[in-house]
Amino acid sequence: MNFNIKAVIVALLASSTLTFTLPALAEVTEGTRSASLGNTPMEGTETFIAFGGKEGLVKIMDDFMIGLVADPRTKPFFDNNKQTFIKAMLVDQMCELMNGGCKYVGRDMKSSHANMKVNREGFNALVEQFQFAMDKHNVPFSAQNKLLAKLAPMYREIETTTGNAVPPVFAKTAE
Amino acid sequence: MKTIKNHVNTKACNLLLGNILLTSALAAVFAAPAWADDAQFSNKLLLTGGVSQVEGSAGGGLTPWAVIGGYGSNNQIGGNVHYTYVKSSDYKLDTYGFTVGFYDRFEFSVAEQRFDVSKLRNKVEAAFPGAIGRDTLNQMIIGAKVRVFGEAILDADTWMPQVSVGIQYKENQDKDFIKSAVVGAKSDHGTDIYVAATKLFLDKNLLLNGTLRFTKANQFGLLGFGGDKHDNYQPMLEVSAAYLLRKDLTVGAEYRMKPDNLRSPLNPALQPLTGSNNSINLQEDDAFDVFVAYAPTKNISLTAAYVYLGNIATVDAVKADFGKQDAVYLSAQIGF
Repeated sequence: MNFNIKAVIVALLASSTLTFTLPALAEVTEGTRSASLGNTPMEGTETFIAFGGKEGLVKIMDDFMIGLVADPRTKPFFDNNKQTFIKAMLVDQMCELMNGGCKYVGRDMKSSHANMKVNREGFNALVEQFQFAMDKHNVPFSAQNKLLAKLAPMYREIETTTGNAVPPVFAKTAE
Repeated sequence: MKTIKNHVNTKACNLLLGNILLTSALAAVFAAPAWADDAQFSNKLLLTGGVSQVEGSAGGGLTPWAVIGGYGSNNQIGGNVHYTYVKSSDYKLDTYGFTVGFYDRFEFSVAEQRFDVSKLRNKVEAAFPGAIGRDTLNQMIIGAKVRVFGEAILDADTWMPQVSVGIQYKENQDKDFIKSAVVGAKSDHGTDIYVAATKLFLDKNLLLNGTLRFTKANQFGLLGFGGDKHDNYQPMLEVSAAYLLRKDLTVGAEYRMKPDNLRSPLNPALQPLTGSNNSINLQEDDAFDVFVAYAPTKNISLTAAYVYLGNIATVDAVKADFGKQDAVYLSAQIGF
């Protein structure tokens, strides 16, 4: 019952904020959050500062990606030529979520994971690798959790299977 | 159920199981560094499966939580073995067992408890020979829990907790004694039924749990079920709060209401033994604890706590004034 109510609310919210977008690019309205951000941004900037600002985020994402490729649970999803793009998108998304003055222009979490199947095991593994990366860069535990609290609910859009994980399939391009 | 019971029930098996658990616990502690980087082993986030509470279900030290034990995620099976040692001023309790979580949905647990009453026995023996007649009281607990809805950890943007319902079937193995006039329990077995709601407020590093348990158990069942004061199911509230200091370190506190069913002091059958109506006091108190849980690796959780258990049994006639039991609680859990 609760799931149904929640699903309806989510669907209503999603449809009310739905915008037609150019391929892979969500429309950004000045002064409000990006429609595809996946959660509301934080109010203050303490967490963003605790992460070392955008510069800190870039370093964390570099190590995060190394961890994701080294972890057999996440390797199939990240061991590809999209790493630079994914890292840049993550930096923007985290930066905006932490009210760091950035705009995330990537796709929403549902469509950005549409060409793969992510399960809970993979989702948790990613969180774990993110924690390792944040630890490595001395982000305080409570600041880590403030960001994780913004990210964790995205499991609803990112996870698409309770069965086996299926890594992304990229369309062949002519370039 | 029957098969498991028969296997677990025999004393020899108990000792063997105890030894295996202890050996594997020690082995695992020493082997820990080799496991530390084995990320494939488990797929929940650290400490999010709780620890094994004193009756074997996943939760805090005293209270079952809505979380499903083991580090298996929603397409996996995970489990753990645990050993818990509680030493109060005048009693001792050993608990060991295993917990298996299926697909983050269903949990099954078996625990064996040995409650050491030798100090009370020694005090009572001279005045009332044979009144207790044993050094330990034993019980077996089979638990099952099912997650009904919610994600305690991941639903960080709502107030919706994770809610589970569970049962703990308990069978006391000192049947005749706990039903005798000395204790006065009405039954040697009982089933606790509970509903638990657990919520992690991730941005506050705070986990809260509330459990409503319907029970007839006296001292967790170690003194049987029901008594002359009450022999009906009563709702008991249990609450826990835990604060996450680090991803591998949590501190918290719990309060557990317990029924007060036994009326031994007024049991006329005791008068010839004790010479008074008030010489054995089995009044039961609520319990609370403060704990610290540490997970050196994903597979190991160590819990230390101070537990207050109040009165268990006081026998004024022999100066066994055991009315305020402060206890040390130590627990180790190894996950698979």
